[in-house]
Amino acid sequence: MDWEVVIGLEVHAQLNTATKIFCGCPTTFGAEPNTHTCPVCLAMPGALPVLNAAAVDKAIALGLAIGAELNRRSIFARKNYFYPDLPKGYQISQYELPVVGRGSLTVQLADGVEKVVGVTRAHLEEDAGKSLHEAFIGQSGIDLNRAGTPLLEIVSEPDMRSSVEAVAYLKKLHALVRYLDICDGNMQEGSFRCDANVSLRRPGAAYGTRAEIKNLNSFRFLEKAIEYEIVRQRDILESGGQIVQETRLYDANRDETRSMRSKEEANDYRYFPDPDLLPLVLAESRIERVRDTLPELPDAKRARFMRQYALTAYDAGVLTAGRVLADCYEQVAAGVDGKLAANWVMGDLLGALNKAGIEIEDCPVPAEKLRLLVQRIEDQTISGKIAKEVFEEIFYRGGEVDAIIDSRGLRQITDGAAIAAMVDTIVTANPQQAADFRAGKDKLLGFFVGQVMKASQGKANPDQVNAILLERLQKG
Amino acid sequence: MAFDQDSVRRTAHLARIALPPTEIPAVADQLERIMELVEELRAIGTTGVPTMAHPLDLDQPLRPDTVGNHDQREVLMASAPAADHGLFLVPKVIE
Repeated sequence: MDWEVVIGLEVHAQLNTATKIFCGCPTTFGAEPNTHTCPVCLAMPGALPVLNAAAVDKAIALGLAIGAELNRRSIFARKNYFYPDLPKGYQISQYELPVVGRGSLTVQLADGVEKVVGVTRAHLEEDAGKSLHEAFIGQSGIDLNRAGTPLLEIVSEPDMRSSVEAVAYLKKLHALVRYLDICDGNMQEGSFRCDANVSLRRPGAAYGTRAEIKNLNSFRFLEKAIEYEIVRQRDILESGGQIVQETRLYDANRDETRSMRSKEEANDYRYFPDPDLLPLVLAESRIERVRDTLPELPDAKRARFMRQYALTAYDAGVLTAGRVLADCYEQVAAGVDGKLAANWVMGDLLGALNKAGIEIEDCPVPAEKLRLLVQRIEDQTISGKIAKEVFEEIFYRGGEVDAIIDSRGLRQITDGAAIAAMVDTIVTANPQQAADFRAGKDKLLGFFVGQVMKASQGKANPDQVNAILLERLQKG
Repeated sequence: MAFDQDSVRRTAHLARIALPPTEIPAVADQLERIMELVEELRAIGTTGVPTMAHPLDLDQPLRPDTVGNHDQREVLMASAPAADHGLFLVPKVIE
């Protein structure tokens, strides 16, 4: 009998505010250690937290985007544990009453299948600092620049049934926080982190015991860690063993999960309402103000792209996966054929970026240049093949579309008489092939087209070459 | 609810309080009495009464998201027992 995997994800999204959640220290990444600290985030006696309005607004934005209940009154709680990168001895979080309640996210799977994944809640909390273990003998170095950075922890329902679904959900959420501009989504720097709760059960049976896998800082690691965990748990269950509820760490180098030495009493956090903070009350006016600033969200944009540019669901999905890419596409498609623009953005542009290892955010070709290039194909100044040559030039060395076309003499030959003259020369020079063609060897048309294109250095309009050649060859 | 000596030891550990074994019976007794008080409170009907998160009937004020703090590392680190290269040093922590 088969096993069914049950997956729920907890995502920590660092909110891209200018300052920390409870003090006016900057949140910029990469500063000298402990230069972004103050008495509040260092937990000096008597220092008191004051909540950052921008962190609240960003939580509201996420709540609105996933159609969630927004709790008009939410409460901050202390989660107590001891670790040197947590100076207060507790983390300020939200426990019983989070700011964002139940919502959902619709993810697109292969073959156009959609799945609704429930979001249990999202709550505001503060990040911890960083411990550096390598540099000192017998001691650990503590950098508290990150301590107090605002986090939104987004907890899903255990609704996913495969690693593919989990990755699709995480990608969707990743795109969403970036669309909303609430998180920079940088997984390497830890701005967008994911823990996965994974368990197995017989289909239809009650949930099995789960393992929580930490340290999943890429989509690929999430997928691989879940796959590893499925095999591990299945082997235990099928040999009559029991799964231990525990926290496991994914080790990317060995592609395995392993048990973290469980901190004694690790789960006894003794939450209680933080007496330093009053209840957070969301006024309708604040919620409406955030609603007014929401951008067009991925699902709406995808539907519009399909409608407005006559794109397939797949193409529209690829082009709306990120806000920068979607904006780029729309700039390219302005005034040219939507499908042709989509082919250029998805094929040539993304292909070149991928090959060069560059993100779309750092794309060396401005969308306006790509639009002009596509326009030059449409107005028959150049052929699609020549356009690829121009694109390469612009991508790797820069320059202007029209200037490159002119300086290299790439302008397409559309003069029928000029093409006819070239055709005539080629046909006259190859009498045997011409005779064979007339005798029924249709495939030889390709040979002639190739010869003419070669003679024109690729500049002859291919449609015209075809038509004129056929006429000339049949004429004899 | 009985607050036995094991519960005292566990609670002391969670709070990182070094409790001499000789004091455990007395602390157990004190905590037991606190728990009795809690039991008394629990007996009061509170159905329909919203949870009170704070004794002050006020809302959380919000702070504008503007940087107001500048680097004061030298001053703030002055009282640290050990520091090096701008890092606070603590006894080795290994996960």
